[in-house]
Order: sequence, then C-alpha cells, then structure tokens
Amino acid sequence: MECVFGMVGKGFALVVADSSAVNSILVHKSNEDKIMVLDSHKLMGASGEAGDRAQFTEYVQKNVALYQYRNGIPLTTKAAANFMRGELATALRKNPYMVNIVLAGYDQETGPSLYFIDYIATLHKVDKTAFGYGSYFALSMMDRHYHPNMTVDEALELADQCIDEIRSRLVVAPQNFVIKIVDQDGAREHSWRRTTRD
Amino acid sequence: MARYDRAITVFSPDGHLFQVEYALEAVRKGNAAVGVRGTDTIVLGVEKKSTVKLQDSRSVRKIVSLDDHIALACAGLKADARVLINRARIECQSHRLTVEDPVTVEYITRYIAGLQQKYTQSGGVRPFGLSTLIVGFDPYTGVPSLYQTDPSGTFSAWKANATGRNSNSMREFLEKNYKETSGQETIKLAIRALLEVVESGGKNIEVAVMTKEGLRQLDEAEIDAIVAEIEAEKAAAEAAKKAPAKET
Repeated sequence: MECVFGMVGKGFALVVADSSAVNSILVHKSNEDKIMVLDSHKLMGASGEAGDRAQFTEYVQKNVALYQYRNGIPLTTKAAANFMRGELATALRKNPYMVNIVLAGYDQETGPSLYFIDYIATLHKVDKTAFGYGSYFALSMMDRHYHPNMTVDEALELADQCIDEIRSRLVVAPQNFVIKIVDQDGAREHSWRRTTRD
Repeated sequence: MARYDRAITVFSPDGHLFQVEYALEAVRKGNAAVGVRGTDTIVLGVEKKSTVKLQDSRSVRKIVSLDDHIALACAGLKADARVLINRARIECQSHRLTVEDPVTVEYITRYIAGLQQKYTQSGGVRPFGLSTLIVGFDPYTGVPSLYQTDPSGTFSAWKANATGRNSNSMREFLEKNYKETSGQETIKLAIRALLEVVESGGKNIEVAVMTKEGLRQLDEAEIDAIVAEIEAEKAAAEAAKKAPAKET
C-alpha cells in the first residue's frame, strides 16, 4: 500500500511519499523516510521491497557522491536518472531490484525536472507521476487539477487533494506522508501530513 | 647489487628493497609539499612550477579532496597519484555505504599505505612513486590530524611535515619554528616553510586550508597578501636586528 508521487512546478519539484513500513499485517513504523536526499539538489522517492529500497538508494547516493569528488562537479538530474536506470537494467536479468523511483532535481541550466523509473528499468521524463495503489487516485487528481508553472502553494494544495483522496478511498491507506521539495536553494524536507504520532 | 633491483619482490643481500628506494628517489625529485597541523586548522601547501604559460592551471589541482572532511597532497609521480586518489575516493564512499559512517583520517591513511605496501610485495608491478600528506578532522571527535605515507607503505602522524624537493630544509625550518597555532597563524607557518625552498609569490604556491567546515583552496590574491605579510615581518625582524648593532 506504499505510495510515492511527484510534480514539477515553477522553479521547483515536489515529491510526496507515504511513511509506513509494513510487514504483512503489522505496521513497523509510520515515520519511515522514503525520500532520500541524493545530493544538494536532488530528491529520490523510492517505494518497493524494503531491503532493495535501502540498498539501491544508498548505493546510488554513494556513487553520485563519488562522481562529484572525481570530476569536481555534480551530476545533472538527467545523468543521475540514466545512471539509476542503467543499474536497474543490468541487475534485471540476474537479481532484480524491486524498487520504483521518482527522481526530482534542480539544475542551474535546465531548471526543475522529474523522472519516473520503475523496477524493470523504464525511464520517463515527466511533469507529474505516481507509484503504488495510491497512484490510481493521485494520477486522476493530478490529471484534473495539474497545470504547468504552478506556485509552491498551488502544488501543495494539489498534493493535499491527492493525499485526501488516498486516505478516503484506499482500503488500507497509509497513515502519514512526508513532502520534500527541491528548488534553486536545494533539496529539503518541507512538511509532514500526519494522522498518527509515532 | 645491480642484480637485485629487477623484480621488487627480491631482497638484496644487505636487506634492501631497491625498487622501493628508487621510488623514494622519485619522490625526492617531485615538487615540494608541506603540511602543518593547528588546533582548529590544518594547512597543505604545494609548490607550483610556473614555467608553463599555455597550460590551463585550473586543470592541475595538486591538493585534492577525498571526502568532505579529508584532503590529500602528494609529491612524486602524478600519474600514480591519480590512481591512488581514485582508489581512496572509492574507499571513502564504500566505507560510508557499508558502515553508514564517514572514514576517519587514520583509516583512509592506513588504506592508502596498505595499497602502497601491496605493490612492494607483488610480482611484475612497481611501487607507487609518491608520498602523500593526508589531512582531515575526525568526524566524531573533531580532532585534526596530519598523516604521511611513503612508497614503502609506512605511515605515521605528524604535527608538521614536508615531502618532495628540499623536504629536509623545510622540515628543519618546521622543527625550529613549530608551535601550536590556530587559524591564520597556521596558514602563515605553512607558507613560511614553503617559501624556504620555493620562489616567492602567489603563482608559485598552491595552498588549501582544512577546517571543520571543509576544504578551502586559497586563491592567488589571498596567497600574495599573506606572502607580503610574511616578507614585511621578515624585513621588520631584520631591521630590528640591525638597529641595536648600529647604536653600539
């Protein structure tokens, strides 16, 4: 019942993820941070197999850091997305990572961007996207209400509408959500939407 | 003796590993490098050969960062340095990945020294022809450290050290003039040591300062300003020495 979605606005990109860690009928914790800050200007929201999620995202984060030390400049969002896709593709026919990723980044030259990378190494550059059962509701809400160049407030309003739909219509809806934003000033946590305290 | 310097896995009858000693010769021919440890700052300084006019100097960085909190300067074969630095950078990230903690300065120094030692005990390879000066702050205790490694694979911690060309003169100067310093005083001490053997001027020296916040490369103007300060202090000291003599 994990859910990750994201959208691009005017000069920023937003990623929203649920924060439940579930094993069969047990909720281990409801404040699990599934959106990793990849580097100063990139966010990576991941959902899927818990072990794979942690392993793969940390592996990508360290390789992105290594690139920066070796070359003196950070990877572009596009390059990071393609690197991730390449790793997923290589592992696919041997030992696949069951992780779905929404990558959001801000580059000085090209502005904000959002990428959809699924567990079988599909890569799409998008304006809005979602993963999980919650995507049925989030995508529909975004199709109806999204428009290009939204302000941060407009985007948050849309994100809240998506979260409300998920909460009211999904049978085992996640309790809490975390929202992170990336813009010219960097990638950072924005806020939480809680129904329970952990 | 000539028969014992072919394959480096072979000791000579009097206990020498000639290839390792020849590697140390290569280091002695490399550019001068100095490192000084202060209480809150560690400074690395490297000599820059200023004869190349057409070269883009930005592509020749002699002081590199291995991680956010670790920097390295070296003397000797620069191509060997590239390989060693690359392996060290990978190890820094690999350590972060496996134990979720940044490396300590001692850990990465031990790793680099271990790598250098491996190449003195393998068939068909030659040792790395460089000595490194590794500086950084311990990520947990905040204690500053300066380490040196050499082609034989030995390493040790230092308060201040020099390697490369004329390292003996610089080390003598440091032994005479070292005291616990902080901030700007540490930078001045490092540059003064370097100026003992290098032509004066900002374009002949590359200086980087490591603080808890990270590594900062000083630009030419800053270095020139500090060099001017040092020369003024030297001139004042000279004048003070001469003045009493005149009175008598």
